This record gives sequence, C-alpha cells and structure tokens, in this order.
Amino acid sequence: MSSPLKPLPVWADVALIPLVNVAAAFVISGFVVLAIGENPLQAVQSLILGALGDLGGIGYTLFYATSFIFTGLSVAICFHAGLFNIGTEGQAYIGGLGAALVALHFGFLPGYTLAVAAIIGAALFGAAFAAIPGYLQAYRDSHIVITTIMFNYIASAIMGYLLVNVMRKPGQMNAESAPFRDTALVPQFHEVLAYFGIKWPDTPFNLSFLLALLCCLAVWLLIWRTRFGYEIRTVGANPTAAVYGGISPARVTVITTLLSGALAGGMAANVILGDQHRLILDFVGGFGFVGIAVALMGRAHPVGIVLAAILFGILYQGGAELAFDMPKISRDMIVVIQGLVVLFAGALEHMFRRPVATLLARRTTHPPI
Amino acid sequence: MTIAADKAPPAIELIGIDKSFGPVHANDNVNLVVERGIIHGIVGENGAGKSTLMSILYGFYEADAGEIRVNGEPVRIRSPREAIDHGIGMVHQHFMLVPPLSVLENVMLGAEGGPLLAEGAGLIRKQLAELGREYGLEVEPDAIVGELSVGLQQRVEILKALVRGAEILVLDEPTAVLTPAEADQLFEMLRVLKGQNKTIIFITHKLREIMNLTDRVSVMRRGEIVATLETSETSPPELADAMVGRKVILKIEKGPARPGRVALEAKDLVVRDDRGVVRLDGVSFALREGEILGVAGVAGNGQSELLEALSGIRPLSSGEILIDGEPVPAPKRNPQMERLLGVGHVPEDRHRVGLVMPFEACESAMLGFHREPVYGTGLLYDRRAIIGDALHKMKAFDVRPPSPLLKTANFSGGNQQKIVLAREIERNPKILLVGQPTRGVDIGAIEFIHKRIVAQRDAGKAVLLVSVELDEIFALSDRIIVLCAGRITGERRPEETNAQDLGLLMAGVSERAA
Repeated sequence: MSSPLKPLPVWADVALIPLVNVAAAFVISGFVVLAIGENPLQAVQSLILGALGDLGGIGYTLFYATSFIFTGLSVAICFHAGLFNIGTEGQAYIGGLGAALVALHFGFLPGYTLAVAAIIGAALFGAAFAAIPGYLQAYRDSHIVITTIMFNYIASAIMGYLLVNVMRKPGQMNAESAPFRDTALVPQFHEVLAYFGIKWPDTPFNLSFLLALLCCLAVWLLIWRTRFGYEIRTVGANPTAAVYGGISPARVTVITTLLSGALAGGMAANVILGDQHRLILDFVGGFGFVGIAVALMGRAHPVGIVLAAILFGILYQGGAELAFDMPKISRDMIVVIQGLVVLFAGALEHMFRRPVATLLARRTTHPPI
Repeated sequence: MTIAADKAPPAIELIGIDKSFGPVHANDNVNLVVERGIIHGIVGENGAGKSTLMSILYGFYEADAGEIRVNGEPVRIRSPREAIDHGIGMVHQHFMLVPPLSVLENVMLGAEGGPLLAEGAGLIRKQLAELGREYGLEVEPDAIVGELSVGLQQRVEILKALVRGAEILVLDEPTAVLTPAEADQLFEMLRVLKGQNKTIIFITHKLREIMNLTDRVSVMRRGEIVATLETSETSPPELADAMVGRKVILKIEKGPARPGRVALEAKDLVVRDDRGVVRLDGVSFALREGEILGVAGVAGNGQSELLEALSGIRPLSSGEILIDGEPVPAPKRNPQMERLLGVGHVPEDRHRVGLVMPFEACESAMLGFHREPVYGTGLLYDRRAIIGDALHKMKAFDVRPPSPLLKTANFSGGNQQKIVLAREIERNPKILLVGQPTRGVDIGAIEFIHKRIVAQRDAGKAVLLVSVELDEIFALSDRIIVLCAGRITGERRPEETNAQDLGLLMAGVSERAA
C-alpha cells in the first residue's frame, strides 16, 4: 500500500526534480545514440556546442526559447484555472493571421506603431480563436481538451485555404503572403546592437524576447497578486468553493482562455514579425504542443517556464546542429530526444518524486487524518 | 455475556505498536488486547491515532515496531489481502462499493472463483442467503447497490467481509453516514454477530454509541491508549475526560435569548437540486435578531439546500427571501450580494466549499471578501494587508498555529473550521448561517466554537444553525425547527422537548398526525 508523500522542499520541487527528469531523458537518449552506432558523449558535445557554443547558436536558441515562453505561458495560465488548453498550436497559428492582416493592411500607421499594432493583432486573433472553446467549456460543458484539439484542425484548414486561395500573391507558387513592410517587423537583436555599434551574428533572435519576459512578469503578477488571479486559482483548485465565494467559474473560464489565446499569439509575433516577415504555412510547427511540456516542466510558474523554454530552445537549435554534424543522427533522432524529454518531464513527471523524497527524508509518509 | 478470556487466546493482541509519519508520532507504543466474541469500542478525538492503528491492523501500513497476534499467533500483515486471510474484515467509513453493480456482484468482487462467473455467483448467492438467515442480514442479491439506502449499503459491506470469512470485524466510524434508525439497526446487527462469537472493533468519537453498544472500551489520545475500561463501569464524562485529558463542559453556559426584529424571513421556499428533484417544498420561517434558530433533521432532508438557497448559491424555484423586511430580487441573489447584505455563511463542508485547501491560510481567510478594498486599492493586492488581516482573524479565534502563510490543508480540522468562522464572523454580519459547525472537530474546539456562536447571538445577530447532531441543536438553539423530506414537520423550544419527540418529527410524524 502506498502512502502519501511528505511535501518536498521548494528547491527540490522546482530545481532538483526537473533536473533529474532531464538527466534521465538524456541517459536514455544516450543509449539510443549508442544503438545506432554513434558516440553519445560526442553527440552531447555537438548538441551543446551547436546551441551555446557561439553567439550565432545562442541567438537561435533564444529565438526558439522566445516561442516556447509564449506557448508555455499560454498553457500554464489555463492550468491555474484547472483548464487543459491543447489549442495553443491553433491559437498561435490564427494569431499569425492577425499579425499578417495588420501588417499588410494597416500600412497607414506611422513608423513602428505598425509593428506594435501587428503584435496586438496577433494577440487579439489568438484570443478570439480561443474564445470559442472557452465559451463552449464555460456555458455548454463541452470539454476544452476535445474542442481545442478539434480547433487545431480548424485553424490548419482555415490557414491553408487563406494562404493558397486568398492571401497568396498572384503569380507566386509558394503558399505565403506578400512580404511585410519594414515598419511592421519586430527588430532583430543584431540590428538593434549594430545601431549601437556592437556586432552580433545575423540571427532571427528579436525583441519579442523582451516582450516574452515582460509577459512572464505580467502573468506572475496576474496569478499571484491580483483579484482576478485569485479567482483563477480558486476556480482551478476548488470550483465549489469559488461559487461559494461569489466567483463565477464560467466567467473566469472564458477570460482565462482569452488570455491564453492572446499569449499564444505572442508566439506568432516572434516568428512571423520577428523572423519570417510574411505569413507562411505551418509556421507554428508543433511549438504549441511543446508548450504543454514547457508548462508542465516549469510547473506553470513563469520562472520555471523561462528555464524550460531555454532547455527546449537548446534542444531545437543543438539538435539541428547535431543532425548536421553526425549524418547518422537524423532530424528524426532529434525528435526522439525531444520526445524523451517531454516524456520524462511531462508524462512521467512524478516518477522520481518518491525516490527523491525518500532520499531527502528517510520517513516519507504522512499521518492519515 | 461470556468473555472466554481464561481458555481461548484473545482475538487480537497489538503489542508495542509504534508508527511515525515524519515528525508525527501517530501511534506510540500501543498495547491493545481484544477478547474474542465481544464488541470493543475505540474512542478518541480526530487525529488521536485510531485510524492509523486500524490501518496497521488491516495492512494498509506496516508498523515501525511492535507485534500483531491473531488468536495468539504472531502474524505479519502487509496488505489487506493478508488481513483477510487472517480473518480480519474492515468496513470503511466511505464504502468501497461499485454503485452500478448488483449486491451479488459487489460481494463477489475479488472472490469470483474463476474465469466464468456462473459457478462463483451461485456459491455466493447461497452464502448470502445463509448469512441472511443466520444473522438477519437480508439484502436482495440482485438489487443495484447505488439504489440502496446508505444503511443497506453498509450491510453489503459487512456481508462482503463475512463472505470472505471474517471472524474479526473492524468498523471505522460506521454511524457517521447513518440516520438514527439505521444506526439502531446496525447496532442490532452487531449484537447478533457478537452472539455468533464474532469479534467486533468499533471506532467512533460518539460517546453515546460506546455506552449503548460496546462491552469494553479503549480510549486513545495523541497516539497512545490511555485507558481500557469495562463499559458497564464507566460513564460518558469519564470517557470524555480521558479523551481530552481535562474536564470539558459538554453543556454550554448561555443566558436567555432576547429576540428582536425579524432579520430574515423565508416564504414558501421551493428549491430543487442539480438533478431537478425538489429538496425544499414550501418552507417558511422567520429568523429574529438575537436568537439561534436550530434546524434539526436527518442529513439529506433539505438542510443543505436551505443553506445554499439562503446564502445565494442555489436559485429558488419559487418563494421569497426577505432580509430586514426587504425582498431580495432573484437576479441579485448570488453569494456576493448576500455577503454585501450582511449574510455570513459557514458552509457545512469546509473541504469542498468553505476553504481552498492548497491555498495559504491568509488566502483562504479572504475567500468571498477578496474583492474588498482592504486587501489593496490598486490593481495589485497588498500582501501585507492580506497577511495582517489573516493574522488578526487567526488570533481572534485562537487558530493554531497562527501562521497565515501555512497551507490551509496543513491545519487540523478544528483549526480549519476556526478559520472559516473567523472569516465570516469578523466581518460582523447581521445574519449568520452556520452548517455543521463542529463536524470532524475535536472536543476542545467544539467548546470554543459553540461559545463563539452564542456570543454572536448575544451581540444581537440572527443565527441559523443547521446540524445533524441533536446534542448540538439542544445545546445552542433557542428555537428548533425540524426538517423532513423538505418540509418543516414541527417547531419546538428546546426546554419543552426531548430527543424522542424530535426523533418523531425527524421521521416525518408531523404534529397533526401525532
């Protein structure tokens, strides 16, 4: 008979357990690399160097991390309200549509206000797309997991249709929009630094990163320091107590999913306005789903999310370099490694909890009350 | 009654049982001898270690030290399966039944006797019939468990244990979920089982049941057995003393009520539950300032819905609620508005409704008032104000430890309840709705809570008290109304009535019929 665990100290909860989980994922990945006849240590070296070995690598790593911070926050804010938003993928995709529409059609806006407006457009479109599942969950009892999964397909179909039939520039083969004008773009760091005379390699790492960090702070303040955050957490932890306390769970559900969709839109701003400079097919590319792993691994806390996002950024960037350095390790292998991290950090999150707790305190049980 | 202590070895001997959970010493060198063929009661406050001890006997936990002997033989019990093999059966407070399955299927669960069910089912059906005849435990084997009354469900639990060959039956707080009539039936059943030389261990914190039923009683306090007595040679005050280790006033001191104006009036309330079943059917009463109106009744006769309707959680199907003579219009009837109108509500279930267990105590202590400007006037909360406010409430209500940053779940039941009371009372409501204020609360805290409720009355507040504990209704109420099946079956003054009289009203024998 298992018995409930004594709560772990905070440092173990936020740092040690995730580290153990990631280490486990890497050990298993090492065996996989070994099995296909490559040297795992060399692979790790190649991965780390590719991601962090030079400024260019770091730029790409942080660019990916920015996207993961947005999608991670998007999933995490819903976690606090007890909602499992699987739709960040689709919400980010539709957010990209909002960014593109503003960037292409609001050219009359002066200077960089166009970029700001485009970012707001991304957030609004993401929020609007999340509103429907949120409303259905709140007032029609349609489970948000089911509706958001389906809405991802809807997003994909809408965007495919629009890019092929409506937004494609005539005479163009690629399913993509016309390029945006310069004032609609979020400046990349190497441009900003060049302005101050500092040299940085040309990478897509852009100012959206600062916006992501700002969003982290804002989410932290919202969840733990505002009335609405209190209501979110109450609904998530005990909906009947929320009703007793005069809180409307339906209202909280709708507003929380709106915020979640808006944060997902931030991911689109990073990629569309910061890197691609035009709307393209499938630019989200699974980053929304990885956001679930980021939120789980970061324990739905903004600081944890930043750390987890950087880890996944390293895996993406380092993985690409690794596939380049070691031809035997294909792009699919990288997906395997990332999958293992998701598996250990997300799905098997609690696997090492008991051994770690036992190690930390010999007596691990709790009196039955 | 024969206690064959001289010849047969005792059914159960627990020798030097020790169990710690981290820093908590739940069982401290416990020695307990349970003779064969008797009903042995174990009493103690919540957290005294009763459940831990029985969990060790039933194999849920292993003791850190000590020995268990069954019929004189030392045994190791590492799982419930091993406990069953040694003839120990347990009836849990929360039934371990599968509601959509039939009685037969539930009893058979885990004892199917092969891949095909027919043979095992026939065998069990025969056994059930035999047990029914032998012990008077008749249950229709094909009835669906979910449709049975709680009392009959408990009977199925007992049958499950007996079919598995239990000679020793452990019952953990078995009457908590029963009506008084069902409890009487249970006691009758247990006496018959005792007559058949079964051994029964009966855990409770209700002294009346111990006095009624048991042959011998052990008192636990803070993980130790402090006394084992012959029931016939002890008395409730002596047991209560042993449980808390000091004299307790079971009777609360209170002066006469001075009722004032009508503060809250209910007119023909009709309320349905979530499934649309009518739970309150034309309930009318008036609640005056400076009085405690007790609502008595067997649990599930509309008390919960009454509290939910008055506090704005549940809408009225028809009827009207007046506060200070003013009707509260339906769109405004929500918990937020009711609070602003001066209605405080201590809900029946603090775990599910009154508190948010993963929250810090200071956050639980502002639930429902969290929009008020005292907690910060700007966009953000003023943490210092929140913590200071909680500290003030916790000190006023002697919450231990007075640590606003401790998680709500880490407080004992009594202290959690004090947090709820402090939150609702410190806001100085005109009307206080109180549901089961001392459920799962130890005796020391009960006294404290009762005094605070009476103090509210003396301060001129209108108090509505819902409780399934008749002792509590008698101790606190100035006036008693009885609910049965959603209707008020009678109104009494406590000094003019007694438990039998109220029992009839609770059973639905209304005044006109009587």
